[in-house]
Amino acid sequence: MDLQTLIYLFVGLSFALYIGIAIWAKAATTKDFYVAGGGVHPIANGMATAADWMSAASFISLAGLISYKGSDGGAYLMGWTGGYVLLALLLAPYLRKFGKFTVPDFIGDRYYSNVARTVAVVATIFVSFTYVAGQMRGVGIVFSRFLQVDVNTGVVIGMVIVFIYAVLGGMKGITYTQVAQYTVMIIAYLIPAIFLSLMVTDTFLPQLGIFATTTFDFNDGVQVIPQGTFLMHALDQSLADLGFKEYTQPGNLWNMFMLTVALMVGTAGLPHVIVRFFTVPKVKDARASAGYALLFIAILYTTVASVAAFSRVNIIDRVQNVEYKQWVTEGVKKEDGRTNHGAWFQTWEKGSLLAWNDRNGDGKIQYAAGKAFDNAKGKPAFDGIKTAPDGHRLTTNAVGAKGAKPFDNEVYIDRDIIVLANPEIANLPNWVIALIAAGGLAAALSTAAGLLLVISASISHDLLGKVIFNDPATGKTKLSEKSELMAARLAAVAAIVVAGYLGINPPGFVAQVVAFAFGLAAASFFPAIILGIFDKRMNKEGAIAGISTGLIFTFGYIIYFVFMGGDKADYLWGIAPTGIGTLGMVLHFIVAYIVSRMTAPPPQHIQDLVENIRIPRGAGEAHDH
Amino acid sequence: MTEEKAKAYWRENISTILKLLAVWFIVSYGAGIIFINQLNTIEISGVKLGFWFAQQGAIYVFVILIFIYVRMMNKLDEKYDVHE
Repeated sequence: MDLQTLIYLFVGLSFALYIGIAIWAKAATTKDFYVAGGGVHPIANGMATAADWMSAASFISLAGLISYKGSDGGAYLMGWTGGYVLLALLLAPYLRKFGKFTVPDFIGDRYYSNVARTVAVVATIFVSFTYVAGQMRGVGIVFSRFLQVDVNTGVVIGMVIVFIYAVLGGMKGITYTQVAQYTVMIIAYLIPAIFLSLMVTDTFLPQLGIFATTTFDFNDGVQVIPQGTFLMHALDQSLADLGFKEYTQPGNLWNMFMLTVALMVGTAGLPHVIVRFFTVPKVKDARASAGYALLFIAILYTTVASVAAFSRVNIIDRVQNVEYKQWVTEGVKKEDGRTNHGAWFQTWEKGSLLAWNDRNGDGKIQYAAGKAFDNAKGKPAFDGIKTAPDGHRLTTNAVGAKGAKPFDNEVYIDRDIIVLANPEIANLPNWVIALIAAGGLAAALSTAAGLLLVISASISHDLLGKVIFNDPATGKTKLSEKSELMAARLAAVAAIVVAGYLGINPPGFVAQVVAFAFGLAAASFFPAIILGIFDKRMNKEGAIAGISTGLIFTFGYIIYFVFMGGDKADYLWGIAPTGIGTLGMVLHFIVAYIVSRMTAPPPQHIQDLVENIRIPRGAGEAHDH
Repeated sequence: MTEEKAKAYWRENISTILKLLAVWFIVSYGAGIIFINQLNTIEISGVKLGFWFAQQGAIYVFVILIFIYVRMMNKLDEKYDVHE
């Protein structure tokens, strides 16, 4: 079967599976819709959480990011996993005992304030929308690359799929769909990784492959690093030869520290992650569920670290000093007899992720440090679809020869190539490539659905149910169960339409989404929830002051340095905007503590509530008052 | 449940959390960042130890930590008879 048919088959089958699950798990009550009825097994919830958590960015871009950052990439690996320890120990069990449906529920009830509740709703919606825009774009990109449809058509197809299972099934539909999506995603990630590990190091488990030795004489263009050298030594040596920073050489440790804290705390503070722990039956299950979630995430993340290292070696080995025309058409033989075919290079040139500029005119590709194209990030500007006689795509910003040491770099390699092109580079069968397409879509759709649900619950449950249609006499909502469920479905429809619009017309800041979403979650939700559980004396005044300080400071810092062109030299204590959420969190804690101690303690029934959530017994079901 | 017993349960709970968080901090921020250069002088099969902690080791420890926490808390809940 040809590749295109296989891709349609794999993607089509996976979509049919997701929709089938959604019909089977249709939500009948608001409790089904918000927290899947509160009866999800901790292992299933762990898998769903992992799928929810690992986005298109984790699946497609993370290995490439680590591959280029080397040692400093550890901030992302530790940051996006270590947050689960905080979730398990400090948040999940208590929020499960509290037993409501959303994060604004907790903030609003614990701080007996609809102002706090509304601020939490707005922050939830903002953080989730920034995040979801990137996911819808991811869906569109996977569609356009693998199914050869327009990016925008891809976004619309993605919207329809999510629409069917999120609106129909609510959290219940999403949770069971995510279990299937995790399975698709992890298989799609592991198979090429194992092949790559076998190819580069002859070791089955990628996690152990970094301890192995190379399986070939590695000619990096400057010297031949003999077969049998430790992989990490070969990698460091080749990068040093080519003028890059050594892979294992740490950079700025202070910024790595701040970024790791912001990512960890941000992870623990993201509403779409927290809400998952409301879906299990008991407090005990909430703790275990966080463990399973991290276990399932760790399977992918520890593989990412290895794939990043193997790919860097592999790419240098494949592209260095090959004669372009012969390489991409019929392939070349390595000195040691291995075949090396470059058809993938031309495929991804068409996808604009690779480009070659023959600066020294020798017809061969040279890869080293430096920019081959005149752009801040070294990105090529392609000259329409024009190609040179040898077949490579022409650009309008090629940089001429400069005589750099050891030689001028001639290629642009987009980071996403590391995952997307790996199966082709490693010459794997077509079904593996089809699997990657299905896996990338699973990653993007599962995260998008989780976020859309959080947005719709914030609108229907918190904003409409608790603030706008609140009955002041009883403090309860005036909406009937049926009309709130209808409102939740309508809100999900609206959220999908807005997300789709953002996917088709992405705001310029999608790339900065990490700094924003994590920074704001770290500076607002995390400290407010922690204080609500662990500091009985924390009151409304302290919480509102803390949340405002954290949000305004973090928001302002990111806006100033990312969007208003603030100068790096003016960074406060040298902290980059990506790590500023950490300082925002510290400020939040300090301000909240001082203000709360200068104002009256919270009322007795709130103090009783805090006592109550500290004891596991009696969590029963997630209840609606 | 008496107030005294609830306080004792909470104290033990906090001490469990603090012990585990100490390990969490040491393997990630300690081994993977603060002392990464010192640990990098130790190599196992070509892999520098500090680098390994930052890229893989800390993640394994995180997973184990959560399951240890689950076990310790289940025991604690039974000891104070607050389990479900």
